[in-house]
Amino acid sequence: MEAFLHQVFSGLATGGIYASMALALVMIYQSTHHINFSQGEMATFCTFIAWALIETGFPYWVAFFATVAIGLVGGMAIQRIFLRPVENAPILTNVIVFIGLLVIFNSTAGWIFDHTIKAFPSPFPRGTFFDTQYFSSHEIGSIMVTLLVLVALYAFFRFTPLGLAMRAAAQNPVSSRLVGIRVSWMLALGWGLAAAIGAIAGMMVAPIVYLDPNMMAGILLYGFAGALLGGIDNPWGAVFGGFVVGVLENVLGAYVIGTELKLTVALVLIVGVLTLKPTGLFGKVVVTRV
Amino acid sequence: MTQPGQLAELRYFGLTVRQWTILGAIVGMVLLLVMPFLLRNYRVFQINLAMVYAIAILGLNMLTGYNGQISLGHGAFYAIGGYTAAILMHRYGVPYWATLPVAGFVCLVAGFLFGLPALRLQGHYLALATFALALATPQILKYKHFEEFTGGVQGIVLDKPEPPIEFSFLGQALSQDRWLYFFTLLVAAIMFLLAWNILRGRIGRAMIAIRDQPIAAAAMGVNLAMVKSLTFGVSAMYTGVAGALGAIVVAFVAPDSFNIFLSITILVGAVVGGLASIPAAIFGAIFIQYVPNIADQISKSAPWAVYGVFLIGLMYLMPTGVMGLLRLVGARLRKYAD
Amino acid sequence: MNRNLLIAIVAAIAVAVAGYFVLAPKPEAPAPVAAKKYDPGASDKEILIGQTMPYSGPASAYGTIGKASAAYFAKINDEGGINGRKIKFISLDDGYSPPKTVEQIRKLVEQDEVLFVFNTLGTPPNSAIHNYMNQKKVPQLFVATGATKWGDPKNFPWTMGWQPNYQTEGRIYAKYILKEKPNAKIAVLYQNDDYGKDYLKGFKDGLGEAGQKLIVSEVSYEVTDPTVDSQVVTMKGSGADTFFNITTPKFAAQAIKKAAEIGWKPTHFLNNVSASVASVLRPAGLENSKDIITAAYLKDPTDKQWENDQGYKDWLAWMKKYYPEGDLANSFNVYGYAVTQTLVQVLKQCGDDLTRENVMRQAANLKDIELPMLLPGIKVSTSPTDFYPIESVRLQRFDGKEWVLFGDVIGS
Repeated sequence: MEAFLHQVFSGLATGGIYASMALALVMIYQSTHHINFSQGEMATFCTFIAWALIETGFPYWVAFFATVAIGLVGGMAIQRIFLRPVENAPILTNVIVFIGLLVIFNSTAGWIFDHTIKAFPSPFPRGTFFDTQYFSSHEIGSIMVTLLVLVALYAFFRFTPLGLAMRAAAQNPVSSRLVGIRVSWMLALGWGLAAAIGAIAGMMVAPIVYLDPNMMAGILLYGFAGALLGGIDNPWGAVFGGFVVGVLENVLGAYVIGTELKLTVALVLIVGVLTLKPTGLFGKVVVTRV
Repeated sequence: MTQPGQLAELRYFGLTVRQWTILGAIVGMVLLLVMPFLLRNYRVFQINLAMVYAIAILGLNMLTGYNGQISLGHGAFYAIGGYTAAILMHRYGVPYWATLPVAGFVCLVAGFLFGLPALRLQGHYLALATFALALATPQILKYKHFEEFTGGVQGIVLDKPEPPIEFSFLGQALSQDRWLYFFTLLVAAIMFLLAWNILRGRIGRAMIAIRDQPIAAAAMGVNLAMVKSLTFGVSAMYTGVAGALGAIVVAFVAPDSFNIFLSITILVGAVVGGLASIPAAIFGAIFIQYVPNIADQISKSAPWAVYGVFLIGLMYLMPTGVMGLLRLVGARLRKYAD
Repeated sequence: MNRNLLIAIVAAIAVAVAGYFVLAPKPEAPAPVAAKKYDPGASDKEILIGQTMPYSGPASAYGTIGKASAAYFAKINDEGGINGRKIKFISLDDGYSPPKTVEQIRKLVEQDEVLFVFNTLGTPPNSAIHNYMNQKKVPQLFVATGATKWGDPKNFPWTMGWQPNYQTEGRIYAKYILKEKPNAKIAVLYQNDDYGKDYLKGFKDGLGEAGQKLIVSEVSYEVTDPTVDSQVVTMKGSGADTFFNITTPKFAAQAIKKAAEIGWKPTHFLNNVSASVASVLRPAGLENSKDIITAAYLKDPTDKQWENDQGYKDWLAWMKKYYPEGDLANSFNVYGYAVTQTLVQVLKQCGDDLTRENVMRQAANLKDIELPMLLPGIKVSTSPTDFYPIESVRLQRFDGKEWVLFGDVIGS
C-alpha cells in the first residue's frame, strides 16, 4: 500500500509537469486555435536563457522574472516575424512552420549550450517545512506555481478588458475587428503569454528532469495528451488531464503492464477515452450550424 | 476568351499542345529508362529512396489532402509494411516482389481498423491519436514477446535482391541498385496510376466532398463512415507498400528507423509538395530526400537549424506547396495567353 | 619561389625518405620494399577518411565525437600529417536514421572514394551498413557502439569495434557481485533499446543460471520518458539492496537523485556510459553519488585527480587550441580524442602501403598500445583473431569528490 501511494504521489508530481505544459498549449489554442508543436522547444530555450543568467551571477528570482519577460516578448516577436506571413495560409502550412521552429530551437540550443545535462536550481530547496515523505518541496512548490498561473490566467481572461479582447479576437475575428480590437496583435499577445507560461513550466521542470536540449520533447507529448484529455479549450480541464496522465502512466507501468509497454498502453487508453468523449472530458461540445 | 478546345488548336513551333505533351512524355520516359545508367550506383540508390518516399507521401496526401484527415502517424504504417516484407523475406524465404502485395494488404486492413475509431476524432484529436500510434510503434517492435519475429532492438538485416538478368548499357552493368530502380519505378508507376484512377472517380469525389462539406455529402448519400475508413485504409496501404519497398532498398529494418520523425518527415513532404495533388508527392519526396543533405553541408554544428530555415522559407514562398505555386503560375500563364 | 616553402618541401622530402628507410626494412611488411601501394582514397599527399555521425536528430548529443575527431586530425595535419600525408576527413550527418546512414556511407565509398570509414556511430546505423562494407571490402573501423557483434573477424573481416563492449562490462559487474555480495537482491533499470538490452544480457550471462534468481526487479524506460521516478520507486519497493543502473546521463542523474530523495541506499553499480563527474554526478548531487561503483577505461576530464596528469594536460591544451567551442566537461570529447589516436597509430603502422587490406591488417596488429587518456594499465590490443581493441576496464568507486580506482585491471 505504501508503495502504491508512493507511485500515485510520484505520478502526481510528474503530472504537475505535464499540467503546466498542457496549460501553455491551451493558452495558445485559446488565442490562436492552433496547437503549437514548437512549444516545448521554446520553453527549453527560455530555460537555457534562465540558466545562463543564473550562471552569470543573477539571483534566482531576477533570472526567473527576466526569463518570463524574455519569453513574453520573444513569443510575440516569433508570432510577428514567423507566423504572420502565413496567417491566412492553410492550417497545415502553419503546422509545418511549427515543425520548422521546433527543429531550429532544438538545434540552436544544442549548438549554443551543448548537450551535457545541466543542473537547474530550485527556488524551493530541500528541508523546508513542506518536505514530506512522498513529495520533495520542489515538487509541491512547482505544483503550487502551476495552480497559481492557472488562477492568474483565469482572472486575466475573466476580469480584464484585455483578456476579454483576446477571447473575442480568437472567437470571432471579423466582429472583433469591427469593434476596434487589433486582432493581429491579440494573436501576438497570445503567443507571448503562451511562451511565458512555457518558460515558467520549463524552469519548474528543469530541476527535476535536468536541462538539456531535448528536455521538453517527451513532456510535450504528455502535455498534449493531458490537454486533449481534459479538453483543449478548458484550462482547468487541461491541468486535471495532466495530473491524470501522470498518475495513470505510473500506476499502469508499475502494476499492470510493466514498463516496456506503458507508453503504448497509456496512449491507447487516452485515445480510447477520446473516442468516447471526442471533445475531451471537460471540453465544450461544438454544435455546428449548417 | 479562349475555349479549352481552342487552346488545343494553338500551335507552338508547328506542333499542337497535345503533340508537345506526347513528345514530352516520350522524352521523359526515355530519360527515366536511361538515367540510372548515367549515374553512379549510390545516386541511383538515392533516387530509389526518393521514389519510395513519393509513394508514402502520395498515400498520406490521399488522406490529408483529399479527405482532410490529418495524420501524424503514417510512419507506423511505413514500419508495418517494412517489417512485413522483412519478416516474410528473412523468416519464410518469400521472394522480395511477392512481399509487396502482402505488405499492402496488411496495411490496408490495419489502416481500415485504425480508421474506424478515428472516425469520431477530428482535427487535433485525430492528430493526437495518430501521433500516439507513431510513438508507440518502436516500443511495440521492440517488445520482447515479438522479438522472435522482429529481431527485437537489433532489427533484421536483409540481402539485396540480385537482378534477374545480366545486362549492360552504356558500359554500365545492371547492378542491384539499377535493377531495384526499375523495380521501384514500376511499382511507383502502378501506384500513381491507381491513385489517379481512384481519385478522379466516384470515390475520389466522395472523399473531396467529405473534406469540404461533410454534412452536404452525407445528405447526398455518401456513406461518411465507410468512405473515411476506406480512405484511411487505402492511404495506409500506399504507405505500407512504400515501407516494404524501403526495407528492400535499404536491406535493413530496425525499430529506430521508424521513430516519430519519420511520420513528421512524411507529413512535411506532403505539405511541401502541395496537398490534394498527385504529382506533388514527387516534389515532396525530393525535398525530404535531398534538403537534409544540403543542410548538413552548410553546417555541422546545427544542421537542423538550417533545415528548419529552409522549411519555413519554403512555406513563405509557397504557402500551398510546390504544386500550389505551379498551379498559380499555370493560371497566370493561361490568363496571359488569353 | 618562396624560400620558406622551398625549405619546407626539402624538409618534407627528407622526412619522407627517412621515414621510408626506417619503415621499409620491417620483416613482417609483406609489401615489396620499393613500391608504395594505394587503394582509392590514398595518395602521396592525402588519406581520405569517411564517417557518419548524428549531427541532427534525437541522438545529436553524440555529434561532438565527430567534431573532436575532426579537431584531432587538424592537429595531426598541422604537425605534418602521417608519414607525410595529410588527413582529409569527411564526416556526414545521418541523423541516427539507418536509411540515411546507408545513403551517406555509399556516397563516401562510391563517390568520394574514401580509403575507409571510421567511428560511425550507433548500433542501428552500423548494422545497416555491416553487410555492405564487408561485401565492398572497405574497412569499417572502430565503430562507435558497444554491441558485441563488431568483433567477428571470421564472418565480417572488414569491421572492428573499439570500446569495451557492453556485454563485457555487464559481466564484470555480475562477477563482482557474485564474489562480494553473493546474497544480493538486485534491481536493474535499463534503457529499452539495443544498448540497454546488451548490458542486461551481459549482466545476466555473468550471473549465470543460479545468479539470475538474485534479480528481484527489472524495469525499463524509454528515451522519450520525462523521468524515471516511477521506476526508482518500483525498485525500492521490491526490497532490492543492489542496483545496476543502465542509463544514459540524464536518466542516471535522475535515478541517483530520486533514490537519495526516497531514502533508498543500495549498492549502486552505474554503467560506464554515465560515469562523468561533471555531467552526471554533480547534477545528481555529489553527496547522493557517494559509493557508486563503475567500470572505466577512460580518464574522466572532470575528475580532479587527473589535474596534473600529463595526458590530461595535453588533452586540455588540444581542446583549447583545436576545439575551443567544445565542452570541457563532456567525456565524449575524450572518447573522440582517444579513438582518433588509435586510428593515427594504425595509419602510422601502415607506412606507405595504404591499401584497404593493409589498413585492416594493421588495425588487427596493435600491440599493447597505451593512450594518454586511457586509465593506467588499460591497453589497446588486437590480433587477426581478436577484433576487440579495448577489452579491459578498471573498477572505481566514487568517494564524494573523485573516482578512486580499486582492484586490478579486469579483462573479459
